Amino acid sequence: MSEAITWLTIFVLAAFVGIEVISKVSSTLHTPLMSGANAIHGIILVGAILVAGHADSTPILALSLVAVGLAAINLAGGFVVTDRMLQMFVRKRPVPGTGTRPEVEQ
Amino acid sequence: MSAPPIWAQLVYLVAAVCFVLALKGLSSPRTARRGNLIGAAGAALATVTVLVSGDLDHLLPIGIALVVGVALGALGAYRVQMTQMPQLVALFNGVGGGAAAIVALVELNEIATTGGSSTFQLIATAFTIVIGSVSFTGSIVTFLKLQELMTTRPVTFAGYPILYGLALLSAIGFGVFLALFPTMVAGIALAVIGAGVGVLLVLPVGGADVPIVISLLNAFTGLSVAASGYVLDNPLLLVAGTLVGAAGTLLTKLMATAMGRSLGSTLFGALKGGSTLG
Repeated sequence: MSEAITWLTIFVLAAFVGIEVISKVSSTLHTPLMSGANAIHGIILVGAILVAGHADSTPILALSLVAVGLAAINLAGGFVVTDRMLQMFVRKRPVPGTGTRPEVEQ
Repeated sequence: MSAPPIWAQLVYLVAAVCFVLALKGLSSPRTARRGNLIGAAGAALATVTVLVSGDLDHLLPIGIALVVGVALGALGAYRVQMTQMPQLVALFNGVGGGAAAIVALVELNEIATTGGSSTFQLIATAFTIVIGSVSFTGSIVTFLKLQELMTTRPVTFAGYPILYGLALLSAIGFGVFLALFPTMVAGIALAVIGAGVGVLLVLPVGGADVPIVISLLNAFTGLSVAASGYVLDNPLLLVAGTLVGAAGTLLTKLMATAMGRSLGSTLFGALKGGSTLG
């Protein structure tokens, strides 16, 4: 089996898994699920670290480090903001009004 | 780039499974929080693995960029008000797309100097650059709309469809050009065109429809990450990106249905005069 076909096989199977695992999502969870999926693609961080670690000139290293920083924002921020959204579900009480800092309440 | 050691590849597989379980958990209220934590654990595992197994130079600056990024992301996520979460998600999605586009550009620079990449890999590189750029600028425009830093009404102008069509055609043209002649100039041109397409994509969307478009751009970023996985020979990026691309596409459709909209009327409704006004 040629290598390109192997990659294509992984791609097609992962696509079916991605559709299948979320197909029964309840509509209240649409936004947290979107946010969680958003966090997952922050794993581009692994790619950014790889290219930064093999950079052989300063401009390329600088560009790669920007990618590392941006990907890290996506990854860490994504999971944290999803967790905060889900905390609201668990507590089952009205969303605090604007201007209220949730940290103060806890 | 040499292949990672076997143990690292196995850890990447574990991380990929964590992401599947994360999406699965996030689909049900009872398991959602645990699912999100499993996803975060998988991501942390993969990040530590690449740092110790990647045979990397420049570990100190990478570490600093990593810590700064994590701190900024986490701080933003902790401090944001509940009502502003959608635009923060849009912003996170945009920087992720930008990161994917930059990774592909850096890899293109490597390919342009050393050569030896297959046509498929060059196509995937072009795809990552253009879709990552679309996601970057598109997400920033959705952020500006939700934050009301610009009008939430659909924006169109005379000649919009022609300009949009030309932008799409030139994206395809430069993509083919890059696959035939891999140069940095073609890559940067492609990034600029992608950035333009991203703005044009989101401008005609009304404020009430913006969440649907964030979900669509989220799926776009997923697909560009998947393509970058093929370029970088990294199955974890391919699997994670594809999961998000597929789940995000279905989620976009579900969100549109839940709001009683079709995706076509969301994206192009303003051109026919039928869009919701924010």
